[in-house]
Amino acid sequence: MRFVDEFRDADKAHALAAKIAELCEPGRQYKLMEVCGGHTHTIYKHGLEDYLPEAITLVHGPGCPVCVIPMGRVDDAMHLAAQPDVIMTSFGDMMRVPGSSGSFFDAKAAGTDIRMVYSPLDSLKIARKNPDKRVVFMAIGFETTAPSTAMTVLRAAAQGLDNFSIFCNHVTIIPAIKAILDSPDLRLDGFIGPGHVSTVIGCRPYEFIAADYSKPVVVAGFEPLDILQSVYMLMLQLAQGRSEVENQYARVVPWDGNVVALQAIGEVMELRPYFEWRGLGFISHSALRMRPEYSAFDAELLFSVPGVRVADPKACQCGEVLKGVLKPWECKVFGTACTPETPIGTCMVSPEGACAAYYNYGRLSRQRVKEVTRS
Amino acid sequence: MTTGHLDQPATMDSGAGEATSAPWVREALHDHDHDDHGARASEAGAGSRDDAGAAGSRRRLPLADRERQVLDRIDRARNRRPKIKEERITMSHGAGGKATQTLIEAVFLEAFRNPLLEPLEDAARLHVNGSRVALTTDSYVVSPLFFPGGNIGDLAVNGTVNDLSVSGAVPLYLSAGFILEEGFPVADLNRIVASMAAAAAAAGVQVVTGDTKVVEKGKADGCYINTAGVGIIEREPTLGVANARPGDAVLVSGPIGDHGVTIMLARGELEIEADVVSDTAPLNGLVAGLLAAAPGVRALRDATRGGVATILNEIARAAGVCVVVREDDIPVRAEVRGASELLGIDPMYVACEGRMVVVVDGDQAGAALEAMRAHPLGEQASVIGHIAEDPQGIVLLKTAFGGTRIVDLLVGDPLPRIC
Repeated sequence: MRFVDEFRDADKAHALAAKIAELCEPGRQYKLMEVCGGHTHTIYKHGLEDYLPEAITLVHGPGCPVCVIPMGRVDDAMHLAAQPDVIMTSFGDMMRVPGSSGSFFDAKAAGTDIRMVYSPLDSLKIARKNPDKRVVFMAIGFETTAPSTAMTVLRAAAQGLDNFSIFCNHVTIIPAIKAILDSPDLRLDGFIGPGHVSTVIGCRPYEFIAADYSKPVVVAGFEPLDILQSVYMLMLQLAQGRSEVENQYARVVPWDGNVVALQAIGEVMELRPYFEWRGLGFISHSALRMRPEYSAFDAELLFSVPGVRVADPKACQCGEVLKGVLKPWECKVFGTACTPETPIGTCMVSPEGACAAYYNYGRLSRQRVKEVTRS
Repeated sequence: MTTGHLDQPATMDSGAGEATSAPWVREALHDHDHDDHGARASEAGAGSRDDAGAAGSRRRLPLADRERQVLDRIDRARNRRPKIKEERITMSHGAGGKATQTLIEAVFLEAFRNPLLEPLEDAARLHVNGSRVALTTDSYVVSPLFFPGGNIGDLAVNGTVNDLSVSGAVPLYLSAGFILEEGFPVADLNRIVASMAAAAAAAGVQVVTGDTKVVEKGKADGCYINTAGVGIIEREPTLGVANARPGDAVLVSGPIGDHGVTIMLARGELEIEADVVSDTAPLNGLVAGLLAAAPGVRALRDATRGGVATILNEIARAAGVCVVVREDDIPVRAEVRGASELLGIDPMYVACEGRMVVVVDGDQAGAALEAMRAHPLGEQASVIGHIAEDPQGIVLLKTAFGGTRIVDLLVGDPLPRIC
C-alpha cells in the first residue's frame, strides 16, 4: 500500500540499524525518550526494539492523552454524565479509564447515556438531533486534539446551539517535558519529539531543551522507519556532541506549526494556573480551560462539578512509568492485578499507554524472542 | 498545592484512594499480593537462591532475568480460572475477545460443565445410535441488517453452516428462530427470508423448523435471528484446535477482515468510503475439498468475531503451543488495510464470515494450499505460519517491518454487533 509500505521497509531498517550500532560508543548506555504514546504504540506494534543494540533503551514518555487524566477528573466526568438530561460523549479510548467507582463502560451498562464518538463534531450532531438534551463532550488530549475541540466550539457558537458544552481536559506537552527534565529520578540522553503535537505547535517550543538542557530533540513521524531514523539522528547528534532540534517529520510538521490551529485554540481556550496529571501530580500552566467569552460552552461552569482530588491506588506506579523511571513490567501490579481487561492505572488502558502496548505486544523478553526466531 | 512540581509525591493520600477504590480494584490487589507471596515462596523453596528472601535476590538478578521472572508470573496469573469482575454485562462481553472468553468460562461453562461442552469448539460432537452428529447454534444481531455483500439472513445461514463445516461435519438441517420488533417492515422480512432460502440452497441444507416472537417497539432492533444446525461427521480423527503440534503449518483461506470493515463502513458513522463487500459464504464445499486432499488437517476454525488473531490464540492456548505467523504472508485487501490504518484497528482482529484458519501437518501444507486454491472461495489462500513448541500459549507475529511481537486476545470492543 502506497505511503505506508515505504515506511515499513525491512531492508532499509536493517541498513539504518547497522548505522545506529556503529554510532554507539563502547561501554556507554543511551536512554532516549519517545514523548508521544503514538510512538510507543508503533515501537511495540512493529517490534522495533529488535533492531536496536542493547546499549540503547527507549524510555516511554508522558504523551498519552488518556494516561495523564487523573482519577478525580474521571469521577467529575461520571458526575456530569449522571446529571438529568445529559448525554455524555467521549472518544473510545476514554471509555475504559477507571474512576474511583468504575469506568464509562460500567456507567453505560448501568443505564447512563454515554456515547462514543470519533470527533467532537459528532457530539455536535448529537446535540442538534436532541434539542431537549444537554450534550457534553469530554475533551481530552494534547495540542493535537485541542484545535478540533476549539473549532467545534466556534461552530456551536456560530449555530447558536445552547445544549452543547465541553468538559475541557486538554493538556499541553511542554510543561510535562520540562517537569521530566527537572525530575531528579532520570537521566535521559535525548528526545524523540511528538510528531502529531508538533504539526500544531511546530518545532520552536522544543528549543529550550537543546539550549538549556543540552539534550538533542528529533521530531519524528509515526511509521517504524520514521522512528528508527530519528534514533539514528539522535545518536549522530550525540556522537558529534551536538544538541539541536531537528525535524525528521518535515513532510508533515512545519517548523512554525499550524498558525490557524493555534489561533483557534487561543480564541477559545486559555491556560489553567495548574492541573493535576495522573501520577505526575500538579504541574503549573500545563492545561487549557475555556475562555470566559465561551463560558456558555464550559461544562465545568454550567454544571456543578465536585472537583475532588482522588489519589491513585497505592500499588499503581503509573507516575513512575509515565516519567520513564520504571519500565512497565517493573510496576508491582503489572500484568497480575493490572491488566488491559481490568486496568488499575491509566497506562494500561489506552493502546498508546506504555503498559498496554508492552502487555499486548511485547510481553516476551528479548532473550526469548531471539530463542524462538532462531529456531 | 498550586504550583506543585513533579517531585512532589503524587500519592500523598493513598490511604483515601484505597478507601474509595472500586471493590474489584481492592480484590485485584488482594489477589496480586496473594499471588506474589505464593510465587516468592516457591522461588525460595526451589532453593535456587538460598540466601534471604526471593524479593531481595530478585533485585540482584540481571535485568533480563528479572523481566523474565515477571513475565512468568504474569503467565501464571493468566492461567488462573477466570472470574467476572464487572457487576453488569458490558458490550465487551459480546466482542469475542478476552471478556467474552471470561464470560463463557466463568458463567456458562461453570454452570453447564460436561465433557461435550468443555472443548468449547464451534459445534458439539455427539454420538447418536452409532452415528456421529455435530450440533451448533448461533444468534445474529448485526447492525445494519442489510450491507454490501449480504444481509442478516444469509449471514445466519452461512454462519451456522460454517460452524458445522469446520467441525468436520457435513451440514444437513437448520432451525431458524426470529425475534421481530413491532413495526418492522414485512418487505424487509421477505428480503431477509429470501436470502436465507437462497443461502440454504447454495449450501445444500434445509431449514426444517423454526420459531417466531414479536416484541414491543424499542425492545429489539428490527430483527434478530437464531439458527441451530445439525450435521453428520464421517471423518476420523476428530478435528480440534487442541490437536495442533509443533511442525504443523497454519493457513488462511483468503483475505481477512472484509466483513468487519464492510459493516463498520455500512453504518455510515464514519465518513469513509471503500469498495469492499462482506465475505459471507458457506465453507462446506471448500472444507470437503480440503479434507479430501489433506488427511493431515488437524483443526479448522472460521474466523468470525475477534478475527484471525482470536483463532490463533485459541490454538496456542488449547494445544499448549506457540503459533508463529508472518505479517507479510497474511492476505489483506488493500481497501481493508487502508480503512484499518485510518481507523487505527488491526485487520487481524476484524471479523470474517467466509474465511477459515487451517492447521495441517507440515508435510501436507502444499497439498492443503493447492486444494483450497482450486476452490473459488480459497483462490487467495495462503500459508501464514507454523506451530512451534515454545513459548506455550503465545502467538508471535513477525512484522513486515522485520520485528517480532505478540498477538494477544482483543480487549474491548472496536466493532459492536457485526454478526
